[in-house]
Amino acid sequence: MQETMFIDPQRCIGCRSCVAACRECSTHKGYSMIFVDYIDRAETTATMPTVCMHCKEPTCALVCPADAIKMNEDGVVMSALKPRCLDCRNCVNACPFGVPKYNSAMHLQMKCDMCYDRTSEGLKPMCASVCPTGAISFGTYEQIVPLRRTKPVNAHVFGNQRVETKVYLMLPTDEKEVVVDGCGVFEGHVGLAEPGNESWIDTQVEETDSSNEF
Amino acid sequence: MANRYSLKNMSKVQNLDKILEEFGPHLHDAPYEGWRSDRVIDKVVPTHCPYCGVQCGMNLLVSKGHLVGFEPRYDFPVNEGRLCPKGVTAYLQTHHPDRLTHPLIKRNGNFERASWDEAFDLIVRKFSELQDKYGKDSIGVYSGSSLTTEKTYLMGKFARAGLGTRYVDYNGRLCMVSAAAGNNKAFGIDRAANPWTDIPLAEVLIIAGANCAETFPVLNKFLWQQRDNGGVWIVIDPRETATARQGDLHLQLKPGTDVAVANGILHVIVKEGLVDESFIAARTNGWEDTKAAVERYTPDVASQISGVPAEKIVQAGLLYGRAKTGMIMHARGIEHHTNGVNNVLSYINIVLATGKIGSPGRGYGTITGQGNGQGGREMGQKADQLPGQRSITNPEHRKYVCDVWGLPEEELPQAGVSVVEMFQKMREGEIRGLLSICNNVMVSLPDTNDVRRSLEGLDFYVCIDFFMSEGSRYADVVLPGSAWSEDEGVTCNSEGRVVRINKANEPPGEAREDWRIIQEIAERMDRGKYFGFSNVGEIFDEMRVASKGGNADYYGITYDKINRQNGVFWPCPSDDSKGTPRLFEDRFYHPDGKAKFHAVEYVGADEKPDDEFPIILTSGRVVYQYLSGNQTRRIGFLVQQCPEPYVEIHPELAAKLKINDGERVKVVSRRGEGVFPALIVRTIRPDTIFIPYHWGEQLAVNQLTNPKLDPISKIPEFKACAARIEKIHGRELPILGKGRKGTSLSEVQKGK
Repeated sequence: MQETMFIDPQRCIGCRSCVAACRECSTHKGYSMIFVDYIDRAETTATMPTVCMHCKEPTCALVCPADAIKMNEDGVVMSALKPRCLDCRNCVNACPFGVPKYNSAMHLQMKCDMCYDRTSEGLKPMCASVCPTGAISFGTYEQIVPLRRTKPVNAHVFGNQRVETKVYLMLPTDEKEVVVDGCGVFEGHVGLAEPGNESWIDTQVEETDSSNEF
Repeated sequence: MANRYSLKNMSKVQNLDKILEEFGPHLHDAPYEGWRSDRVIDKVVPTHCPYCGVQCGMNLLVSKGHLVGFEPRYDFPVNEGRLCPKGVTAYLQTHHPDRLTHPLIKRNGNFERASWDEAFDLIVRKFSELQDKYGKDSIGVYSGSSLTTEKTYLMGKFARAGLGTRYVDYNGRLCMVSAAAGNNKAFGIDRAANPWTDIPLAEVLIIAGANCAETFPVLNKFLWQQRDNGGVWIVIDPRETATARQGDLHLQLKPGTDVAVANGILHVIVKEGLVDESFIAARTNGWEDTKAAVERYTPDVASQISGVPAEKIVQAGLLYGRAKTGMIMHARGIEHHTNGVNNVLSYINIVLATGKIGSPGRGYGTITGQGNGQGGREMGQKADQLPGQRSITNPEHRKYVCDVWGLPEEELPQAGVSVVEMFQKMREGEIRGLLSICNNVMVSLPDTNDVRRSLEGLDFYVCIDFFMSEGSRYADVVLPGSAWSEDEGVTCNSEGRVVRINKANEPPGEAREDWRIIQEIAERMDRGKYFGFSNVGEIFDEMRVASKGGNADYYGITYDKINRQNGVFWPCPSDDSKGTPRLFEDRFYHPDGKAKFHAVEYVGADEKPDDEFPIILTSGRVVYQYLSGNQTRRIGFLVQQCPEPYVEIHPELAAKLKINDGERVKVVSRRGEGVFPALIVRTIRPDTIFIPYHWGEQLAVNQLTNPKLDPISKIPEFKACAARIEKIHGRELPILGKGRKGTSLSEVQKGK
């Protein structure tokens, strides 16, 4: 398969059409494997879609003790094999992109498999079919890249780990790599509250973060 | 007449809890018989989305008579498979447990199951009694534009030839009617001038008051094609919407000051010598007055009024003025104002002065909101309109339509009034009975407290709906109609393309196709001879003839031609015509073939901020809900993304009022108040707050909005009124769901 996905975040309008359409895929009917998040709603309406990046050396597969996560001949990283998955969630915690999710009802890790049921029959994945703006596109490098003013990047550096992916990010810069260095980035957001303001903690109790499960 | 509704305790909705329990809105989020991948698909039906004016093509999957999914319709040229989240989940509404499946008659305050015969008998008896006692005009008909064009034609005909009442109007009155009026004044016709395939050919786009990202998601396909070609967007909006953020130049104006901004831009264009004198001389009238009017609107003056920095107004003028090609598009943001028509005209002046119209990449258009917003305003369900965009006040037009209908001309009523005025007449007792279809007055009309008084005062209210809406709770009879996939017909999308809706499944239970319900009422009122249709195609054929020779001429359109060409752009006057994708290539539609300038002055919103109400309140939409939300507020996925309305507040204003993000605050206007969670964002002006409008009762922003009307289009001023924010104590909070949700999916999941 020559085609792959191109994620162009500056086009994302945050409509989550992809999230809804992903549920129609026969291999995980009713469950969405794609995520769209606000970057920082207080500052901007910018949003970012996250699909599996289909790493050339997938961290999720590397950390799997049961060898349940396989890559097919097209370089698509599949969901965990049901008979092998141990419920350990190593993959959920290890993926640098935060993609795999653990389905507690089915005792199974599940993730985006680039709509294998569709792409194997020559159809576009659901998310790339419905995306109104082309923030998620499916096609060959030659089809997509010449049309865009953004540049394709498929190497990511997370601290000491360098990851190459089948899926491209389309960025408005000439960088060859996306370098993620989390240290200190969010420090400025702490302690901004003015003294004397009433606290809202009493009325709005946050529950445990279970966003990695569904 | 005040005593007619002074008995406060005798509400028509006495058992709200019971109504909610029985009819919802409940959340449902799975296909018929659940999410399954082992289904055999019996048929694939190509059709279009039921929601906005883009009318995206989609294929519906049918198994054993039920809609069980959709498949992208890659071969339909407008969207090529693309859909927004509403479109993706649209099929989930057809088998929703809240569907109305049998007629209901209200007895002692409770809705009770009734047979169709009982319901029809009651309707005919009540309508006849009221009309005998108070005259023909005592019954009003209020229709909508999410119906197929055949149905909108039928509703106009039913009101005039069936009931013989002058009072008929439709919910497009709350939508783009200012654009319709402005277009008619300037161009002599009401349709977007260009097909969307012109957008990628425009060097510069001016997008005014249109949050395309949330309200016309799939239109972004064309916008980004234009961008990929090297194009530039100028976005004019009080909020930094996703579209404004993605654009190149954002003019973040104060709500209601569009005329100042547009006149300012035109002023720059004139000063820089960028007007097209030969176009103005050959194809327009009235330039001198307009030129004189904009003289006063220097960038500084425009900036002072609108709050947009003067250099941005200059930049916008230069970008658009110097470009070879360019298009101006606008939507509700400039139209929902007491000066909505003037706002529209001020932008049209820019188009005409630069001659950027009538050729590829040079154009203009309103982006119509409702699915059939365009078709719904063409075939005679507007208060003053007959089929084909004919006028009910024009004797020749009256005669033509009466000849087609076989109706004696003296029986054709005169023009009625707009819907907000109809509801005023209900409170005054002139309209005593109402038949409504395809709308939800308790959400979508301004000042819902007054609307409630209108409904409470009615002697008899019949509602045709497929879900119980907040408005239909006040009805005496509710008739179960059809969802979009349960009937066939045509709609006209926002670029003027007539497309075909195909039937995929049958209405559930005893529910019936809407047109059959109307036809049956007409028959039982002895007016059946005007409604002898045996299928939708016969309505379409009569409609074609009725529109022949009018502006919106459908005569040459056939279902077959629509299928062959992937839609037909009207006017299509003859069998050999392929339709007219681009208007105004060589003439405008005024008798002399020329377009008209209209000199307009800035007046501003009816209600301006003062000491008591110091903030400007504006309202709008979110991508997950459609109009009054009667369909979308029941779909689990959509509600999960945006479960309730919120109020967007700038951090500067929030700091002044000591409001935290997520805190519930009371928003008060002269007409009402509501409690909404605060969403503190830098994407709105510090002097303005925003609340989305799709919800009813205590969650309705329309408790607060100003019902004051534009004098020409009669559109209410949804987009600007004066308000204030009050902090409230925790114990005063209404109980409306738990916690603040809806800003991101991650946040929603946390709450699980």
